[in-house]
Amino acid sequence: MPRTAFPTLDRRSFLALAATGWLTPIGRLLADQAESTRRPAQSIILLWLDGGPSQLETFDPHPDTKIAGSTRAIHTAARGIQLAEGYQQLADQMGRVALIRSMVSKEGDHERGTYLMKTGYRPDPTVEHPSIGAICCHELPVGSTDIPRHISILSGRWPGRGGYLGAEYDAFQVGDPRGELPDVVSTIAADRQKARLADLDVVERAFERGRLGRAAATHHRETVARARTMMTSEQLRAFDVSSEPAEVRAEYGETPFGRGCLAARRLIEVGVRCVEITLGGWDSHVNNHAIHASQAKELDPAFAALLRDLARRELLDRTVVLCGGEFGRTPRINPLGGRDHWPGGFSLAIAGGGLRGGQAIGETDPEGIKEPVRPTTIEDVHATVLSALGLDPSRENTAPATGRPIKLSAGRPIRELLG
Amino acid sequence: MRIPIRDLGFLAAIAAGAAVVVGGMVRPMIRASASATSARAEANRCPEDIVRRVDAAFRRQWTSEGLAPAGRAPELAIVRRISLALCGTIPSLEEIRRLEALPEGRRADAWLDEILRDRRSADYLAERFARVLVGTEDGPFLKFRRRRFVTWLSDAILANRPYHAIVRDLIADRGLWTDHPATNFLTVTIDEKTERPTPERLAARTARAFLGVRLDCAQCHDHPFQPWKQGQFRGLAAFFGASHCDLRGIRDTENDYRPTDRKGKELPTIEPEVPFLPELLPPSTASESRTRLAGWVVDPRNPALARVTVNRLWALLLGRPLAEPVDDLPASGELHPALTMLADDFASHGYDLRRLIRVIASTEVFRLDSADDAAGLGHEAAWAVFPICRLRPEQVAGAVFQAGALSTLGPESHWFTRFLVFSGRNDFVHRYGDTGEDEFDARAGTIPQRLLMMNGKIVRERIEDGPFPASSSLARLAPDDRQAVEAAYLVVLTRRPTDEELGHFIGRLASSTGDERKHRIADLFWTLINSTEFSWNH
Repeated sequence: MPRTAFPTLDRRSFLALAATGWLTPIGRLLADQAESTRRPAQSIILLWLDGGPSQLETFDPHPDTKIAGSTRAIHTAARGIQLAEGYQQLADQMGRVALIRSMVSKEGDHERGTYLMKTGYRPDPTVEHPSIGAICCHELPVGSTDIPRHISILSGRWPGRGGYLGAEYDAFQVGDPRGELPDVVSTIAADRQKARLADLDVVERAFERGRLGRAAATHHRETVARARTMMTSEQLRAFDVSSEPAEVRAEYGETPFGRGCLAARRLIEVGVRCVEITLGGWDSHVNNHAIHASQAKELDPAFAALLRDLARRELLDRTVVLCGGEFGRTPRINPLGGRDHWPGGFSLAIAGGGLRGGQAIGETDPEGIKEPVRPTTIEDVHATVLSALGLDPSRENTAPATGRPIKLSAGRPIRELLG
Repeated sequence: MRIPIRDLGFLAAIAAGAAVVVGGMVRPMIRASASATSARAEANRCPEDIVRRVDAAFRRQWTSEGLAPAGRAPELAIVRRISLALCGTIPSLEEIRRLEALPEGRRADAWLDEILRDRRSADYLAERFARVLVGTEDGPFLKFRRRRFVTWLSDAILANRPYHAIVRDLIADRGLWTDHPATNFLTVTIDEKTERPTPERLAARTARAFLGVRLDCAQCHDHPFQPWKQGQFRGLAAFFGASHCDLRGIRDTENDYRPTDRKGKELPTIEPEVPFLPELLPPSTASESRTRLAGWVVDPRNPALARVTVNRLWALLLGRPLAEPVDDLPASGELHPALTMLADDFASHGYDLRRLIRVIASTEVFRLDSADDAAGLGHEAAWAVFPICRLRPEQVAGAVFQAGALSTLGPESHWFTRFLVFSGRNDFVHRYGDTGEDEFDARAGTIPQRLLMMNGKIVRERIEDGPFPASSSLARLAPDDRQAVEAAYLVVLTRRPTDEELGHFIGRLASSTGDERKHRIADLFWTLINSTEFSWNH
């Protein structure tokens, strides 16, 4: 992408500066105009830490306190911000990353917490909310993408769903990018496949007798045709990370999660709107510190390499990268050396999409007792991501059947993040 | 799937056994059990009076709207509907052959009668009810036992326990969730912090499942277009305000339901109050609050339970409820006359689920053809033609697995087959996309679903590569091409091919032998399984 794609960012900060000084009325006007012409982000990459990572052993260490256990902290490229030991590569990228350290959630159960984090709404049995990836696919134009625009790599038990927007917005689930893509490749000879499809016309004709319009209303044949288009799409190559140079693969780490992150970058390059890559294993009720030390070895290189790679390709400004799980873990260490579920003050990392990095928002109590300072809701994170994508969080969609209007997000953008 | 060597011998034995059993089915045959089935059907005649009245109500509607209804569906199409609605699968070739031994016109009734006594049906209906009652979440670890709950429901349905008795247990039972499985209705809502069932979630669940009212949004504010007020929601929640959970299970003490207002301020204790018909609520001196609520819900003078249950069972059988959404019946205004009639009949006949299912499945509407040259979407809206509805993922899974076999898959199958079917179906539903609690979603299918059906390993194993797929049995056992094609249609689509289809596929099979013939029959299975007709109810 040409460097000139984002000239207004600089112009805008200049004008904003001017607005505070001598050019007040006109300057503000021009600054506002510049704001509206800034090119919004187009994709989301969600690094989903399934099980609920401990904030203390990742993004919010409290070294030398009782709640830390033995966890130490390291300095990062952002002044005054520390990460837990084990995140050295990410530390070098901290200029690009913002940490929200005061996340609060009302759900302390894995399934309900995941639902809230992915959709921005608490579970409600009368309506299934779409995940942010589905919203993104629904609200933004399709472009020339033939493959699914919402993808879940190494999907856990609750991948992103289309909810009331429809199952066509569900995340397409794939495994380790090293393996074969499920269901996409036909294993039979081309001539046999051709004969089968011709035969299908014969059976469809019989069903359409007396049901012509109503059979068409099922969109079944159309969906078959679109699936066929996808099976032959060149864009499927985006899943194939083996064509990347060995150094790049090594940078991300030769792990399923590392390969997933690399595939995510390739996928957004062909127009995929949202990729979630799951790294499981964070539910450390027992042996918390050992578990987190080993998880860091997989997360740190992949996350850092993704940020470097996106920046190198000038994709970071148009991609929001989120990293977190359904909740954090208790400041208190239990008798088994574990930490339990803790929705009352945990961390989330966010980068790219024109959001302001190099900062930590909110803070948790070093003794693990008091409520966090500047509590931030999951709803507000959703509103922020939507704003970065150029979407108005208060826009309403109508849930079918009930006709109930539902906002894209019930939260308000976090002003410290909007640049 | 990898099978240990020592098991291969017994697998071969099953294969041989299966061949003997299915060998007869490829040609029409009569089995002794068929006459037994018909004798039972006589004993369980459908209550004709209510069916006639419901039919007349629809006839009046069609006349007033100037619609001519479609003709009667072919009997096998009705048999397929019954199997899908009540067992979540399609009938096996074995079952079709057995039914075809009966005189025409009696098969659908006999089938309904047989299915209603089948464990497969109780299991399937229990799972469908469970989604309404406890949702699809895993729920709190240890304190919620979904399997136990579903088994309890299934046993109750198989025994045809009156529905109001089941509902009474759900609302009011106490004790441990293991030996009083109904209490899982409460334990699924246990809050991790308070370690108590959540009154708000229970109120919302009770309102939707038993009253046909979506009171949920009245939790935070008054309902925008129904007469429900926030106070009514809190009053209903307060019935659960005394419930606790400890090592002895669910038990009740003093009501201390104190909701918080929008600013997080705790309000004074709310007294239990029902949202309508307060005169039917047993006095507070009589019993504990959950028992009082249960008494009010199941009082036959309170029409809500019967109406919402009829609406739901209608949707289970026809793919679409009489009033939408299925759990939010209008508080005022017109209900479909058929809904009111069926609800009155249900309440006045002891909330007999089996009778209700039999009545709905015997109505003219249930037995209308889904094909009619003149029928458009207007006919469908007025039930003047059988609606074409998308099958649920588990119905498609059930149908795919049954289509891959000639004999019936069920509790009688070998444990190994049952294991394969059980785990395979779950995998299939996961990949196909579970619709969760969204029970009746009419919208189109998805690309990943089509990919799974066209290329997926699970489907491929059923039709070609797995252990003893139906296609290779047919290739081996069908005496000629015509019978092979006919049998494949019966196995997959529960109908015979049209002349055009028969001619076309006989041409495809012509002069093929050995592996080539197996491939072509597998191709035929693939084609039928990938048709609109297979993935939709009609």
